[in-house]
Formats: sequence, C-alpha cells, structure tokens
Amino acid sequence: MIEFEDVTKRYPDGTVAVDKLSLRIPSNQITVLVGPSGCGKTTSLRMINRTIERTSGTISIDGEDISGKDAVTLRRGIGYVIQNAGLFPHKTVVDNVATVPKLLGWDKRKAHDTAMELLERVGLDLKLAQRYPAQLSGGQQQRVGVARALAADPAIMLMDEPFSAVDPIVRHQLQEELLRLQRDIGKTIVFVTHDIDEAIKLGDNVAVLQVGGKLAQFSPPAELLANPVDDFVRGFVGQDRGYRALTFVHPDELRVHPLPAELALQDGVPVGWRNGSQELLPLGSVFKRGDSLRAALDAVLTSPTGCGVCVDDNGKAIGVIDQTTVAEALRS
Amino acid sequence: MSWIGDNTGLIWDQLREHLYLAILPVIFGLIISIPLGYIATRYSWLSNPLIAFGGVLYSLPSIALFIVIPAILGTKVLSTVNIIVALTIYTVSLLIRNVIDGLRSVPPDVRQSAIAVGYGSLHRVVAVDLPIAVPVIFAGLRVVTVANISMVSVGAVIGIGGLGELFTLGFQKDFLTPVVVGVVLSLLLALCADLIIVTLQRVLTPWARVASPVGEVA
Repeated sequence: MIEFEDVTKRYPDGTVAVDKLSLRIPSNQITVLVGPSGCGKTTSLRMINRTIERTSGTISIDGEDISGKDAVTLRRGIGYVIQNAGLFPHKTVVDNVATVPKLLGWDKRKAHDTAMELLERVGLDLKLAQRYPAQLSGGQQQRVGVARALAADPAIMLMDEPFSAVDPIVRHQLQEELLRLQRDIGKTIVFVTHDIDEAIKLGDNVAVLQVGGKLAQFSPPAELLANPVDDFVRGFVGQDRGYRALTFVHPDELRVHPLPAELALQDGVPVGWRNGSQELLPLGSVFKRGDSLRAALDAVLTSPTGCGVCVDDNGKAIGVIDQTTVAEALRS
Repeated sequence: MSWIGDNTGLIWDQLREHLYLAILPVIFGLIISIPLGYIATRYSWLSNPLIAFGGVLYSLPSIALFIVIPAILGTKVLSTVNIIVALTIYTVSLLIRNVIDGLRSVPPDVRQSAIAVGYGSLHRVVAVDLPIAVPVIFAGLRVVTVANISMVSVGAVIGIGGLGELFTLGFQKDFLTPVVVGVVLSLLLALCADLIIVTLQRVLTPWARVASPVGEVA
C-alpha cells in the first residue's frame, strides 16, 4: 500500500501543486489519478519515486517512510512509464528493457534473457529487439516502455499519461493489454490521466483531483459514476455519466430473440443485414453474452434495423435484442 | 623533386610534430570541455557567459597568444608547451558551445526517465547524456581539429610549427618545393584527421543513422 499523509508540494514561487493530499493506494490494483491540468496528478505521482520532493507530509510504501530511503535505490524498485515512453535513443530495444536489471548488477545473460521475455509478454515482435527506438512506431515504443518498467519485477509501477500520445485505436489496444497484463502480474499500479474514460476503463479505484491539488473523490469507477460527491466531480465525470455507468451493469441473462431472416450469416458469423437489394446493410457493433449493458445498448443503437446481435466466443450469432430488451434489463 | 628525396627525414619529423601539436590540444580540450559543459548545463545561468567567454578567447590572435603564454607560464619561448596550451585554449573556446548544445539536445523525457529508472547523476551523464550528445560534440570536434592543423603552422613564426617550418625554410631560401610539400601535407593531414573523426563518430553512434519506422503498427 502506498500512503499519502497530508502531503503538500509548494514550489519556490509559491504555487501549491498538491495541497494536503491524503490517499491510500491499495496494493495489487490499478489506482488512477485523474483531473484537469494543474490538479497536481503528475506531481503526486512523481513524489512517489522522489523525482519530485514533497514540501511537507509523509509518503510511505508498505508502512515505510520513503524519505528515509536512498532515492536512487528507491527508484530502481519502482517501474516508471511516461507519455512518449522516454526510451534511450542510443540503446537497442532489448538494452532499453535491460536497463534496470543492469543497474541492479544482474549478470548480462540474465538481464538480456529477462528483457527478451518481457518484450514477448508486452506483445512486441522479437524481431524488433535489436532495433533502435527511432525505428519503432509510437505504440511499439510504449510497449517497450512498459517492458522496461517491469524488467526488474518491481512491486509498484507508475504510469504518467502513457497512452495519451498514440492514436485512439492503438490506445484502445494498449489499454486492453495493460488490463490483460495486470491480471497476470497484479502490480500496484498508479496511473495518471486527464481522460475520465480511460480512468473508468482502467481503474480499480479512481482518485479525482481538482485544480490546486485537492482530492475531490476516491472511489471505484462505478461508484464514481453513480454517486459523484460534488458539482466538480459531476462536471468532470461528464453529462453522459448515466450511459457510461452502464459499463458496470452486467445483466446476468439478457433475453435474446431468435435470429431474424434479414440477418445475413456466413458460417454462423453475422456479416450484415439484407434489405432486398444486392448490397448488405452494415452490421453495426455486436456484443457477447456477459458483456456490459453498455455494449448491448451500443449494439442496438448502431444496428440499422434496431436489432443488436449477440454472438458467442467464436463470433457466431446466437440471437438478437432490441430496445425493449435493454429497457427491461435497466428496470430490473 | 630531389629536395624531397634528400629531406624525407626532415619532412617526416615535421609531419609528426605537426600531428602531435595539433591533436594533443584537441584531446586536452575535450577533456576540459566536457566537465565544464556539464557544469554549465547544471547551473544554466553559467552557460551563456561561458559561451560568450569562449567566443572572446577564440578571437584572440594566435601569434599574440603564442608570445604571451611563455610570459605567463614561465616556459621557454621555444617550448612546444606554448603551442599546446594556446591551441588547447582555442579548442575549449570552440568545443564548450558544442558540449553545452549536445547535452541540451538530450530530450527532457529521456533525461526524466533516466532519473526515474535509477541512474545516479554522474552515471547518467556518462551512460545517457554524453552518448546522446556525441553527434553535436563531434561536429565541433571536426571543426576544431581542422582549425588546429592549420593553426600549428603559425607557430613557425616563433620557431615551432611542424610543417609550417617548411614554409619558413622555403621563404628564406626563395625556394618553392618545401612550401608546396608543407601545404600538400597539411591538407592531407586535415583530410585524414577529419575522416578518422567521422569514422569514429559512425562507430560510436549506430543509432543516429537508423531509418524511421515503417508504417504505424502497434
């Protein structure tokens, strides 16, 4: 557990970036610090590895005050990922990942092997291991950044807007993979973002900070959407928080209707809608059994016929739902 | 032509002296500029005065410097130390700007992540900052080396000037061959030195020549 107790950061010019922040960041979960720019989220994050020193208050990791530790040693035990990955341009990809193990004095062979293992784990083609960072795309660089942060198997990983500089499709992939990775590794992750959607998607807990470094709310995302504590949080969470909250509603059993004749199938997989002409109408999005109500509603809204298609794990259609089905699920 | 054949020993000695007088100051200058440049980037208010001071030093006429140095250092007028010190001063005055620019060329997010992964400050300079600064520092090194090779000849005026002494010899005897030999060898020396530095740079910075990514795939 990482614990902030009355932590304040005041800069020499008098600006208060973080104001008496008290926060308990639970172990083995993703905690997202979110807020508008100037809310002190990055400052708070960087006080954990002491790349920024707090002015007053205490920060402790598993009950141990970090100010008593040697800063360099502390940092080697905490993974760190930043926006543009910050890879070392003069080192190959695999050497970038092996940086911390080498700093810790591991033997070369072991550092190299561990680095290769991690590259594979974050889904990077091993053919890229001997390349330099400049030869990689933004998304690939960010994967290397995550691998580098994990190389020495730290208990804590700090991530400072790691996915905000890549395009939306790549961002979505990286987010999914972070969640998948986290299921395996169970690190204590502190994640900073200004994007509330990202916070809701990734966080086990979300800490909303407001300008001037004050904690406005600390809750699991479903709770944050359902019960924002004040106008600031309500405004920040956004107008469509009701719709977003559907992400956390998982109806056990949506009553699906049999497949209509208009639905065109290819080996059981839905491909579009027939409307009498040669061309098929686009299918719209589909959802799986067990998906959130948000995914189900989205399928209904994007389908040209108003019928959302439910598929199984192999992508084969098992039934359709309409607005009434969703409305019934909402009422229950 | 026969003069060349009769004087290969002399030409060879002057060439060696020329090389020694030109290259040693480059090495000393580099050794001095790097810590100086590092201090200047650490205390950024220092860097502009240092660069300006370097500019002033560089504008001092070399002959004046060759003559003033023995008076300051107490060395003999005919000592090679004078030339080496003078050229080291020129080297530092030029290189300091490149070292500062080179260290500043380290992207902030790279520096930040170097600190965050746990490099100590000195270790970071050696393992991250300086390697990244190599292309900019080497650009200065090329200029300064060629400049030094041409400047050594000026030392002939005070009696130690490597190939420059062939010029004095030729002028005194009103005889062109030694002058031509001196000019050609100076040029060749400058060319070879430049080639060696460029090669060294290529070996040190394989990363600086790589192509950009092909296609955006995550």
